[in-house]
Amino acid sequence: MGRTLAEKVWDDHVVRRAEGEPDLLFIDLHLLHEVTSPQAFDGLRQNGRQVRRLDLTIATEDHNTPTIDIDKPIADPVSRIQLETLRKNAADFGVRLHSLGDVEQGVVHVVGPQLGLTQPGTTVVCGDSHTSTHGAFGALAFGIGTSQVEHVLATQTLPLARPRTMAITVDGELPEDVTAKDLILAVITKIGTGGGQGYILEYRGSAIEKLSMESRMTICNMSIEAGARAGMIAPDRTTFDYLEGRDHAPKGAEWDEAVAYWKTLRTDDDAVFDAEVFIKAEELAPFVTWGTNPGQGAPLSANVPDPASYEDASERLAAEKALEYMGLTAGQPLRDIKVDTVFVGSCTNGRIEDLRNAAELLKGRKVADGVRMLVVPGSVRVALEAVAEGLDKVFTAAGAEWRHAGCSMCLGMNPDQLAPGERSASTSNRNFEGRQGKGGRTHLVSPQVAAATAVLGHLASPADLSDAPTLVEA
Amino acid sequence: MEAFTKHTGRAVPLRRSNVDTDQIIPAHWLKKVTRDGFEDGLFEAWRKDPEFVLNKPERKGATVLVAGSDFGTGSSREHAVWALQNYGFQTVISSRFADIFRGNSLKNGLLTVVLDQKVVDALWDLTDADPTAEITVDLEQRKVLAEGISADFELDENARWRLLNGLDDISLTLQNEADIAAYEATRPAHKPRTIEV
Repeated sequence: MGRTLAEKVWDDHVVRRAEGEPDLLFIDLHLLHEVTSPQAFDGLRQNGRQVRRLDLTIATEDHNTPTIDIDKPIADPVSRIQLETLRKNAADFGVRLHSLGDVEQGVVHVVGPQLGLTQPGTTVVCGDSHTSTHGAFGALAFGIGTSQVEHVLATQTLPLARPRTMAITVDGELPEDVTAKDLILAVITKIGTGGGQGYILEYRGSAIEKLSMESRMTICNMSIEAGARAGMIAPDRTTFDYLEGRDHAPKGAEWDEAVAYWKTLRTDDDAVFDAEVFIKAEELAPFVTWGTNPGQGAPLSANVPDPASYEDASERLAAEKALEYMGLTAGQPLRDIKVDTVFVGSCTNGRIEDLRNAAELLKGRKVADGVRMLVVPGSVRVALEAVAEGLDKVFTAAGAEWRHAGCSMCLGMNPDQLAPGERSASTSNRNFEGRQGKGGRTHLVSPQVAAATAVLGHLASPADLSDAPTLVEA
Repeated sequence: MEAFTKHTGRAVPLRRSNVDTDQIIPAHWLKKVTRDGFEDGLFEAWRKDPEFVLNKPERKGATVLVAGSDFGTGSSREHAVWALQNYGFQTVISSRFADIFRGNSLKNGLLTVVLDQKVVDALWDLTDADPTAEITVDLEQRKVLAEGISADFELDENARWRLLNGLDDISLTLQNEADIAAYEATRPAHKPRTIEV
């Protein structure tokens, strides 16, 4: 019987297989950041252990880094200590680190791919749940806890039970204004926040094949929000073209060898998935969340749902609690929801394509009165590219704030936070209670919906802009 | 890791589903660089409400958390496990746990027990009605016992063995160092490297 993409990559990394034990998997790339690594390095020290493979390890600062005044000392002393701890650990153990101010600094899941380190058929781990992002390249990539970070540092392996596989097939043409973000939000609402639990998802079908690498990363990034261990997309010409010439992509004869291998990384025709989900691209629409988990979403044209309409008691209770927290009423049109803040950025939507899409809609338009818009590039490289294209000027001319790279308001570990009761339209990945700041209310959206919302002051799609009263100064 | 064999204690019924790790321990607590001192951050936002179940005087000293489905979703932060342990919880019962949280819990000796929602409902009803009711989680027998309730739970044999004996994963893996070295010797040259060595 044939094998799925996930099974092929898994099998290629088994160091040891024994009856009654989890497989011991080799890890090709270990990404580190300041939040989940300090206790792991401490563990190494306590046991007199070293980092086994420094050449497969790289660190960046992202979660705590400020996005303004980056040339000044970090104001929050606790954030500063955490960054200094990573710097000390990297220096003590010899780990390559990209610190604040370095041209390769940025959100760990943006940095790995842009350096060409994320490659098809590799295993990639990081103490961060959004490591699933790297699956867009046909890598098996997943988030791990700090104990596992220590395990990988010490052994370059992880003992793991093989997850089941689920195919998410999206065929057809995505309608205009419907993005990868809308697609993945619709998938999560369909299968639920626990629907992918225990599975590696493989996104496939003609609509997926047409997507750019940036869009594929947006989709794989949010696999974890459906509870999945990882999400993957088979590598193809789009993948190879993205990688060719990047710093750490193979060169010369090694490139040819690599591509020959990468071309084998497709699910065999006779392979069987443990579960399958089918979605018609034509039926999708701009999608937003109304609740406090990423599975509580609906098309932008819908109304806030009535909790009473849920048959399942626990879902009903969750919806009631969510509406209370979000300050919403059942039946209210989603389009009427006014926002205070718009955030464009994060490992979900902080890449150059995302900034281009948001900028295109803001060109010649203004952010609505009373709305604060933050644009935070995913990495310094993304920022430089955006500046070279003049996107920063588009954002600032529209009245948005153009910031430095980092995780920023996605989780508000730095000063970029919502105030209690404040409402955001955010291109990030989690609308959990208090995620963007204590008492903050988050609606997850695509960069296009974020830009349209910023202009109109309420949740809106790009199509709504054509009849916007605040338009155009040419 | 501390071994887990059998534990008996009073419970906190947490009647909520989708309790994400941002609720268990908010992000600003993640700036600490140690594994302890997280107890005051546990469910920090919800504890501001005096009616929140954890704030009830009769729940003081409880060691068994009985939660709704999809407990521990979201961020991979192991701090969520440390916060529960620092607070005093020894075990968490739910009908479904998020993968990463489950892995983290078992590596720290916090036993996460998966039971059918019907049993969770029964445990909620019992411990809501009688805060002094005790729940026993027996890993040797793979059983959860409480007044009028007896339920078997599953846990794969390897994870159970490591928990019962409090074994350290890294030491176990390093016993197979020769296998790792043999694998490394066969890796293709085109695989990425972060630095030249």
